[in-house]
Amino acid sequence: MNKNRMIVLENVTKSYGEKAALQGISFDVENGELCVLIGPSGCGKSTTLKLINRMLEPDGGEILIEGRSVRDFKPELLRRKIGYVIQSIGLFPHMKVSQNIAVVPSLLKWERKRIGERVDYLLELVGLDPAIYRDKYPNELSGGEAQRIGVARALASDPPLLLMDEPFGAVDPLNREILQVEFLKIQRKLKKTVILVTHDLDEAIKLADKIVIMDMGRIVQIGQPENILSKPANSFVRNFVGTDRAIKRLSRFQVADYMNRASSTTIRRLKESNYKEAASRRESRFLWITDEMGILTGWIDFKNFKESDRLEEGITHVDPSNFAVRAEFTLKESLSRMLSQGVRSLPVTDEKNRLIGEINLSTIEKLTELEE
Amino acid sequence: MRRMRYLGWISVSIQIVLFSIIILHMKLWESFLGFIFGREEDIIYPRAPLSILVGEHLFLVIVSTLLALIAGTLLGIYVTRPRGRDFLTIVNDVTAIGQTFPPVAVLALAVPIVGFGAKPTILALFLYSILPILRNTVTGLENIPPDIRESAIGMGFTGLQRLLRVELPIALPVIMAGIRISFVINIGTATIGAVVGAGGLGTPIISGLVRNNPSFVLEGALVSAFLAIIADQFLAQIERAMRAPYERALSS
Ligand SMILES: Nc1ncnc2c1ncn2[C@@H]1O[C@H](COP(=O)(O)OP(=O)(O)OP(=O)(O)O)[C@@H](O)[C@H]1O
Ligand SMILES: [Mg+2]
Repeated sequence: MNKNRMIVLENVTKSYGEKAALQGISFDVENGELCVLIGPSGCGKSTTLKLINRMLEPDGGEILIEGRSVRDFKPELLRRKIGYVIQSIGLFPHMKVSQNIAVVPSLLKWERKRIGERVDYLLELVGLDPAIYRDKYPNELSGGEAQRIGVARALASDPPLLLMDEPFGAVDPLNREILQVEFLKIQRKLKKTVILVTHDLDEAIKLADKIVIMDMGRIVQIGQPENILSKPANSFVRNFVGTDRAIKRLSRFQVADYMNRASSTTIRRLKESNYKEAASRRESRFLWITDEMGILTGWIDFKNFKESDRLEEGITHVDPSNFAVRAEFTLKESLSRMLSQGVRSLPVTDEKNRLIGEINLSTIEKLTELEE
Repeated sequence: MRRMRYLGWISVSIQIVLFSIIILHMKLWESFLGFIFGREEDIIYPRAPLSILVGEHLFLVIVSTLLALIAGTLLGIYVTRPRGRDFLTIVNDVTAIGQTFPPVAVLALAVPIVGFGAKPTILALFLYSILPILRNTVTGLENIPPDIRESAIGMGFTGLQRLLRVELPIALPVIMAGIRISFVINIGTATIGAVVGAGGLGTPIISGLVRNNPSFVLEGALVSAFLAIIADQFLAQIERAMRAPYERALSS
């Protein structure tokens, strides 16, 4: 048996009375891998998760965790080793945030001091100030905060495996994206084995190392997000990923990996030089303008700029925080910003709005050319 | 909101103090009832002071409610567990029928078995107060949101841990409301205990009826009414305090 395989499902079946919910599914998840289960409502995603932590028992097949059948463990003890997050979170309303997070450690009889330290560490990990949040009750939290506590609670005993059933499903789209990015950061740091259920293909593409697409209790395709998008196994998957799958693929890519060097100058230097000098400094159509600190203030488009024009009149001034993209943005976000601004090139800035590069539409276009 | 709760406790405390004063100073009663009925003899039930009667009365009510609390919650817990769920409807029906039984009839049936005095009265009150406690226990436990139950199971609580650490604490205010209802009803109903010699505030009432003396009746009835009002507020206050932690944010 391959040691790297944290979870193995072999031909697992499950029925609720007459209704067959899972008709023989097999897949495995490697150590440290983030596997996303996706598919239409009722296809058996939640059932699959509940079989893994024995909230349900399968009718047939085998489920192995680190090479051992889940049946070898007492259900309660098994569950304490598996983090579990559900869409509605299910925080205990009569317990403070700290007590909610401490649930599994106290079931495992950790020392009080160790629990307290762990709670503070986890609150910080999910981006909440322990001093403020420790003593709050769940009904004093926003949806996004509650969701973070749900994740912290699942991570409390540092389990190697996390099961997440639509963990970001209940928050609004903007907060969902923030939570996804934060969760990815946490995941890169902790390298847990994660099985995450979602309805949202964009979420799957953004987060997954591996996607398992399910339909009516069967697995339709397993693969890396790129492969699923570029080589849908059949018409079901093709319909499921939709016609804009080329664009969806872009959320796998970060600006940082595709940006080019940007040519820039300051206004002062621009005023001191003539057209020829300015033109020679550029590497593309655009010459970005920054202030003395390197903060982006505008640009000159050499396509509409003639030798006879006065330099200052050629400058388009912009608010960098609205116009530029950041290195950690995805190409999908960059593309939609380009389309909405009607430009073919965007400056890339750091958190202080200093210019660090540019991203071009032509680069993005090349990535979307997929073989059918 | 916090202020309101604070005021609630103060108001209940004041009522308890006032109540103690009026039952400990029989002279107050004598002049009050004397004023109402316009005479000076045979105003106050002579055999026992109010403080003793109230004590006996509370004894009957507290013992029977405590017994009903133990039986009602245990039964309520049992019929909401997977093992006992089959009995849920039966238990509900039987206790509902139990409540339609007049307490006097329970007394009449119980006396030949357990004799006169406090015992048959406590038995009747006990049977009477199981229903509200049982019903509220079942409601409280059944109304635990399914996602809370699911996450508790998913975290690895055993059945008993889940009951003690999650389900009962969440259901507690609802159970407490059942206790309050039982207790308050029992204060009124306990007056019939006097018929079988259980003592309590029913004694002056019965004696007044027998001797055709409305002043005795009013003495017993007024005090038991006051007692019920105060007990109701006191227990409501406890109930509110139990809800407080997680309703804090909603109401502030
Ligand atoms: N307790 C149950 N009793 C009977 N049928 C059930 C039960 N739970 C799930 N099912 C059925 O089994 C099938 C799979 O359910 P499951 O909850 O795993 O779907 P899902 O993929 O998680 O769907 P969703 O995306 O809506 O959450 C569905 O058809 C559902 O109706
Ligand atoms: Mg589901």
